[in-house]
Amino acid sequence: MKFNLKVYCEKTRLKEIRDFVSDKLQSYTTDEVEINQLVLAVDEVCANLIIHSNACNAQESINLEVLVNDDGVTFEITDNGVEFDFSKYQEPTIEQVVREKRKGGIGLMLVNRIMDKVEFLSQKNSNKCILYKTFSRNS
Amino acid sequence: MINIETYKEEQIDYLIVEGDVDASSSIHLDEALTKLADGDDIKAILVDGSKLDYISSAGLGVFMSYIDVFKSKDIQLIIFGLSNKVFNVFQILGLDQLLNITKDKEAAKEKLHEVQS
Repeated sequence: MKFNLKVYCEKTRLKEIRDFVSDKLQSYTTDEVEINQLVLAVDEVCANLIIHSNACNAQESINLEVLVNDDGVTFEITDNGVEFDFSKYQEPTIEQVVREKRKGGIGLMLVNRIMDKVEFLSQKNSNKCILYKTFSRNS
Repeated sequence: MINIETYKEEQIDYLIVEGDVDASSSIHLDEALTKLADGDDIKAILVDGSKLDYISSAGLGVFMSYIDVFKSKDIQLIIFGLSNKVFNVFQILGLDQLLNITKDKEAAKEKLHEVQS
């Protein structure tokens, strides 16, 4: 099945994104922890895109596509904001985050731990983040 | 939606966090912890997370940013009552090892006695 959601770039829209993802996954897995992890991964990417790539500009939007079947789920998140260069991303250590008291920087760490595959692609003015995960009962 | 309440009981400051702590609402948790940390004669803050439905990295980041602050002020921070799914988010990055997290309020109070004695 394929589902689509378009949201404007406001932080207050994150709840709508989470509810949408959670709702669409309910028929495929009953594991509450797994659903929450997948919701979290999408929430983290969308929060980054809304805040950093689109500077919370409500005129801009991001598009979330959910492709799900019994084996697993793919999320494709598209936006037209500032490109994120995943190749230059250096994961901080937890000690660094604690020491520097930075309140951000661990979102992508969570995404990388949760998902089986994380990709960021950019073409002209369009960026796409692709997240994939096999459901745990099948792995 | 986030709702934060505080109360004091037997010299311990409690913070009830209810709802979702995400990139949009984590500022309220941050402000509440700052207010408590800046107060006089604060020895321990016990966070009641039993009504916490969701936490993202923004919320985790808030707790992490206070680890050294509380250590330097000798304030104990203990989080209790988390649901399985919320506790799991702390576990993904091993934060359950960095922060004091207990099952319920009683266990949190016991833990506090342990670390204070």
